[in-house]
Amino acid sequence: MSTTRQPSEDRTEAIAAQVEDAYQRAAPLRIVAGQSKSFLGEPVAEAATETLAVHAHSGVVSYDPGELIITARAGTPLRDIEAVLAENHQRLAFEPPHYGPTATLGGTIATGVSGPARPYAGAARDFVLGCRIVNGRGQVLRFGGEVMKNVAGYDLSRLMAGAHGTLGVLLEISLKVLPSPRAQLTQVFEHEAPEALAAFSAWAARPWPISGAYWEAGRTHLRLSGAQASVDAARDALGGEPLDEDQSFWSGLREHERDFFKRGDMPLWRISCAPASPMAKLSGTWSLDWGGAQRWLVSDAPAETVREAAATHGGHATLYRGHDKPRQHPLSAAHVAVHRRLKAAMDPAGILNPGRIGV
Amino acid sequence: MSDVISGERAAALDADGAASKATLVAALTAALPHDIVLTDEESLRPFECDGLSAYRALPMIAVLPATVAQVQTVMRICHAHDTPVVARGAGTGLSGGALPLEKGVLLSLAKFNRIVDIDTDNLRATVQPGVRNLAISEAVDHLGLYYAPDPSSQIACSIGGNVAENSGGVHCLKYGLTTHNIVRLEIVTVEGERLTIGSDALDTPGYDLLALMTGSEGLLGVIVEIVVKLLPKPELARVALIAFDDLRAAGNAVADIIKAGIIPAGLEMLDSPAIVATEAFVHAGYPTDATAILLCEVDGTTAEVDEDMARVQAVAEASGATEIRVSRDDAERALFWAGRKAAFPAMGRISPDYYCMDGTIPRAALSDVLIGIAELSEHYGQRVANVFHAGDGNLHPLILYDANQPGELERTEAFGGAICELCLKHGGTITGEHGVGVEKIDQMCVQFPTAELQQFHAVKAAFDEKTLLNPGKAVPTLHRCAEFGAMHVHNGALPFPELERL
Ligand SMILES: Cc1cc2nc3c(=O)[nH]c(=O)nc-3n(C[C@H](O)[C@H](O)[C@H](O)COP(=O)(O)OP(=O)(O)OC[C@H]3O[C@@H](n4cnc5c(N)ncnc54)[C@H](O)[C@@H]3O)c2cc1C
Repeated sequence: MSTTRQPSEDRTEAIAAQVEDAYQRAAPLRIVAGQSKSFLGEPVAEAATETLAVHAHSGVVSYDPGELIITARAGTPLRDIEAVLAENHQRLAFEPPHYGPTATLGGTIATGVSGPARPYAGAARDFVLGCRIVNGRGQVLRFGGEVMKNVAGYDLSRLMAGAHGTLGVLLEISLKVLPSPRAQLTQVFEHEAPEALAAFSAWAARPWPISGAYWEAGRTHLRLSGAQASVDAARDALGGEPLDEDQSFWSGLREHERDFFKRGDMPLWRISCAPASPMAKLSGTWSLDWGGAQRWLVSDAPAETVREAAATHGGHATLYRGHDKPRQHPLSAAHVAVHRRLKAAMDPAGILNPGRIGV
Repeated sequence: MSDVISGERAAALDADGAASKATLVAALTAALPHDIVLTDEESLRPFECDGLSAYRALPMIAVLPATVAQVQTVMRICHAHDTPVVARGAGTGLSGGALPLEKGVLLSLAKFNRIVDIDTDNLRATVQPGVRNLAISEAVDHLGLYYAPDPSSQIACSIGGNVAENSGGVHCLKYGLTTHNIVRLEIVTVEGERLTIGSDALDTPGYDLLALMTGSEGLLGVIVEIVVKLLPKPELARVALIAFDDLRAAGNAVADIIKAGIIPAGLEMLDSPAIVATEAFVHAGYPTDATAILLCEVDGTTAEVDEDMARVQAVAEASGATEIRVSRDDAERALFWAGRKAAFPAMGRISPDYYCMDGTIPRAALSDVLIGIAELSEHYGQRVANVFHAGDGNLHPLILYDANQPGELERTEAFGGAICELCLKHGGTITGEHGVGVEKIDQMCVQFPTAELQQFHAVKAAFDEKTLLNPGKAVPTLHRCAEFGAMHVHNGALPFPELERL
């Protein structure tokens, strides 16, 4: 990993001016930063021929380890943030996937992605405390703040997580950070998928220091993190075989570098569902992450079939790799209406990443 | 109490053009069982205020539906008649969020008191909005589970109210606020339509409306069902009672504990007036000569608790603690907490009235702000006690006053406003968990510039075009801010210079 950090630069004025100008002309904008996550969400409408580049808007604005809060500009490389935190034995507890060396903080929050620790530590949105954005009129607005609890006004900063920039251009984000665990280890178990699901449920019902639970090809990987004593005690009680090199296992999973995610041309589906949902009867190869709440399926089953199966257990299916459209699970008519009104409230001319959330 | 203030506030809140009472009663009773539509003064009296009793108003009508279909009917009728609706849970809110409107309908969710489902496989409970917060943990206690957010009002407050306020509690430092502990909501929109927000999965396609709805103070929809997360109870919890003879040392110890890499399950502070009052009331054994005490709870496996508690003790000693006592068993732990839990009633014993403020600040500013509050206390000539969520930087100054003394309530409100602004000056917020309601509506004008407030109103209009859901609460009109600003000039600069003064 390179140790040089991207230089700090405040491009608020230029970004706001470009959005305001586009608003005046009703000219749609394609917001780009590191482009590591452009494969997520729907493609931005072809009509958006103008690009709004935000990666130069970069740098940590404030970070006090005693406050457990970091504020940084959206274009700051994710790896720079992680390096600054690591120097102080802290980290982003939602373990965001980078999906490439150019990942930025803004792209991470805009797509709302979280890694293997998500069910145990929380999602990207859970750590957002505040943000500065440019709305679709070119106004610079600040919501939330740099405090742990804040209920003044609607929670528009958390709403930005996963909105793919369609409600506002992220300028600055304040995140809650946490101490890095003092100890961590991984145990491996031989399981068939249904057995793995049963184990996930049983483990989750007891206060074990679990920070990851993944099943693939007959093997369950269970990660334990926390105080040395409690990690050791949990290992002794739960059993399994120790895994060496466990850091690279979990980062490989987080980054989809495992062979499971790379093989062949078959579509890759992400199914998000209640963790204890039974295995869906779909053809293809499965892996189970997030203690069963995030499932991956490599399958050439028709999109409708996959979506129906996901929806039976209150879940939804997203196409991660493949050509079908849309990628996201379609919203109900009622939700389409609410989404459109909310989008219009933040971006009345519809110029910010149009099409990206599919409504 | 203080009818002048409440009368003015209530009048200002009432929407124009609402239907007459007779018309509305006729429409409601034609569609609903008669006994759930309350119209006479005596039956309306219990709804006249929430936990902020200085503000009172009688609703025009109160409706107590028992089914979602009935809630939909009420909303459809009110929408058709341009009549505002105020949802109400248990009425324990401290910011006047559930204050009725004299020309509006008060919609009580009190009959929605059923726990619908407990799902031990997925560790969730499906509950109706009127279920009391503590009732959830009680219902799953035998399974070794609990619902984490624990407001001090948990024996009384409703889970629907918790969602509407994004309530916190002692254990939120480690386990998160309401927003972190719910997965799905069923709401009824202002037009009377049902809408599912969130899902049974850990995320949902589209915008995070669950985040938006949580803490929206009843302005975006009526919550009729909630799916909450359940957590396994920790194997062990122990609490340290740490005393200081210096406020600054106590404030610094809070930041030092966090910096040492420990996230306590709870980290609370009581200052000297709070210690003395609670000790006299519950005899928890608090050192009454201390300037401040911290209650620091750590939980987890036995081994983990031992490891963390040893660190907490070391940090506390280094920060200049004068005394450290660690609970030896659950009985002693309960005793240490008893004082904290009884702090509010304890204040009721030493003062006829008290006013509970609620701001959040960066932890590093704790000592400065506490000292600033003490100075303000002298300036306004009103006593104040502090008992609060120190680990989150969430202050709860309790201003002691006597509403029967002319001028004291007004002075108390001015003191409260000054505390809000002190929090803002230190990079904080005017409310950490109690909400804006009617109480802090003016301070919202100080915290947010015009453009942000306009954005809030635009978001509100996306859900409630006619502004019928709890109008006048949570987000001030620009007009109101202009009036407030005219009386209240900051650092020589007039807020909202672009608006005409009245
Ligand atoms: C002694 C005491 C201690 C307290 N301690 C804490 C604490 O530690 N932490 C904390 O956060 N709060 C605390 N509170 C404040 C209060 O208990 C919380 O705000 C609580 O969540 C309010 O719940 P409720 O059911 O009483 O709501 P209400 O007071 O009835 O209503 C509160 C708001 O929610 C809206 N609302 C209620 N139900 C619904 C619904 N179903 N759908 C839509 N909107 C709805 C109302 O319109 C109103 O705006 C305390 C209060 C008291 C009196």
